[in-house]
Amino acid sequence: MRREGSPWRGVGAVFLKELSDHLTGARMIVLEWLVVLTGIAAVYVSIQQIKNTSAEDPFLFLRLFTQAGEQVPLSFATLLSFLVPLVAIGLGFDLVNSEHSRRTLSRILSHPIYRDALLFGKFLAALTAIAISMVALWLLVIGLGLLTLGLPPSGEEIARALVMLVVTIFYAGVWLALALLLSTAFRSPATAALIALGLWLFLTILWPIFSPWMADLVGSRDIASAEDFLGALSVRQGFARLSPSSLFGEIVSVVLDPSVRSTQQPMLAALGLALVERGSIPGAPLPFVQSLLIVWGQIVGLIAATILLFVAGYVVFQRQEVRA
Amino acid sequence: MSDVVIDAQGLSKRYDGAVAVDNVSFTVGRGEIFGLLGPNGAGKTTTILMLLGLTEISAGAARVLGHDPVREPLAVKRRVGYLPDSVGFYDYLSARDNLRYTARLIGFAEAEREARIADALARVDLAEVAGNKVGTYSRGMRQRLGLAEILMKNVAIAILDEPTSGLDPQATLELLDMIRGLKREGVSVLLSSHLLDRVQSVCDRVALFQEGRIVLMGTVAELGREVLGGGFAVEVEAEGQGLAERLAQVPGVRTVEAPGPDRFRLLADRDVRPDAAAAVVNAGGRLRRLSVEEPSLEAIYTRYFHDHGARHAA
Repeated sequence: MRREGSPWRGVGAVFLKELSDHLTGARMIVLEWLVVLTGIAAVYVSIQQIKNTSAEDPFLFLRLFTQAGEQVPLSFATLLSFLVPLVAIGLGFDLVNSEHSRRTLSRILSHPIYRDALLFGKFLAALTAIAISMVALWLLVIGLGLLTLGLPPSGEEIARALVMLVVTIFYAGVWLALALLLSTAFRSPATAALIALGLWLFLTILWPIFSPWMADLVGSRDIASAEDFLGALSVRQGFARLSPSSLFGEIVSVVLDPSVRSTQQPMLAALGLALVERGSIPGAPLPFVQSLLIVWGQIVGLIAATILLFVAGYVVFQRQEVRA
Repeated sequence: MSDVVIDAQGLSKRYDGAVAVDNVSFTVGRGEIFGLLGPNGAGKTTTILMLLGLTEISAGAARVLGHDPVREPLAVKRRVGYLPDSVGFYDYLSARDNLRYTARLIGFAEAEREARIADALARVDLAEVAGNKVGTYSRGMRQRLGLAEILMKNVAIAILDEPTSGLDPQATLELLDMIRGLKREGVSVLLSSHLLDRVQSVCDRVALFQEGRIVLMGTVAELGREVLGGGFAVEVEAEGQGLAERLAQVPGVRTVEAPGPDRFRLLADRDVRPDAAAAVVNAGGRLRRLSVEEPSLEAIYTRYFHDHGARHAA
């Protein structure tokens, strides 16, 4: 049985209204300032660090995003992986259930639009609001770099930084879709917000601590050769990748650092080890496209997670009764 | 056929085992005000949502303006206005902005949008406060704003769910007046309520709901005859000799009671006022007052549930 009419009817109207709500709402302003102020602080710290080290680095500009300070061990990229979910959850946790509690849902749906339009318009508007603030923040960081470092970024650096920007927006999409799903499944915004924040704490802070331990329970424990070791590392990585923030971390660490040739390299480096491929010059920068290819799977993973979570929210919403 | 705008045949709604609406059939004609009456939880709102395509129909079929609300919900919703029970608006937006949003959802062209909004707000007397945030509005004003939305939409059918609940008497009268205004423009109105005496004055026909079923349907007068059994109760106040006997001889009068001195209460099969007046005058009496009691929906309702309501849960 096929429905008459387009599911897209009304998306534009919903999108514009929701976007204007977000951009004028106090919540968005607070979250934006939180991200901007902490982001600028992180970049400021990394600028001090970069100025102190006089080593020649052809990709100095990218270290604005990845360099952690000595007192403050947080780079801009790490900070984003913490705070972007918070912004997305903050905008998304009451998107649907507030329409219930305001008793506007049945009135809005009595107009000639499908539910699809309402949900999709809301998702798109919140994502756009996040994207706008991320672009602004990104430009702010680039501008700050130009002013303080006094050297212009190369084309490749800009390209890599742009990829990071786009990936950050996809990363926000995952958390937004999760928040939207929770806001559909739970009638009380407080419940939805608590569960979303709980998942956020678990996935970004606790999971990185527990996942290696759980991986070692599953994988083999006796390590006899380098292959065994790398195998165990892959299992650990597989477990860690269940959290979107570790996917984001992998992408950012590879894209923003051309010397990283594999996603395992940062983990090995943390153990004081280096992976040397046959025929490669250690430390030589990887071309942009090659870096992108290494983390292509992770990028697709983020997008797929967004789509899956959105579809789950969509199904719940379609089956839901309109009346309170 | 073209004069039937809503045609519900055997509508049923089941929620995991529980039956909310059970085999409900009724029709609403063009320009008619049809009332769905009954206690809370009797299935009125669920029936309305099924007609709008906002909830699935478990069994039965509905046609609204010739469209099937399940398959062609957009066609139905384009011509039907809906005022939900305790309607909600975006409190942080002004009344005008709220209507602008719905006007965009409906898909009005930019040019006609503002004119329609201004016209609708003026008709419900909200023009002067249209720029205020809806958060500052009283319940009655919100209800009127909901009606403005329907007026703006230029609909063929208005579906109003408990439009008068929670309103003070003045606001209720105003709202009922606006509902009559809709009828004058040829809009069919389907309204649900549990407040009977208010609704009685506007409804052409009513359907009484109980536990998901329609137990009575018809005009208020028809229901009165069916349930209360007596046709008309005529009150006569007159001075004179032997009036009771004279009045009892009027054709159609079944009984004559005398609740007080010079007061008589006639139970009759028809409206016997002219004949009763003539009888009094011919007997040389002085007629002071003559009135007929309309059958009250309240009385019908109470009587019906008194007679059939052993199972009626509070």
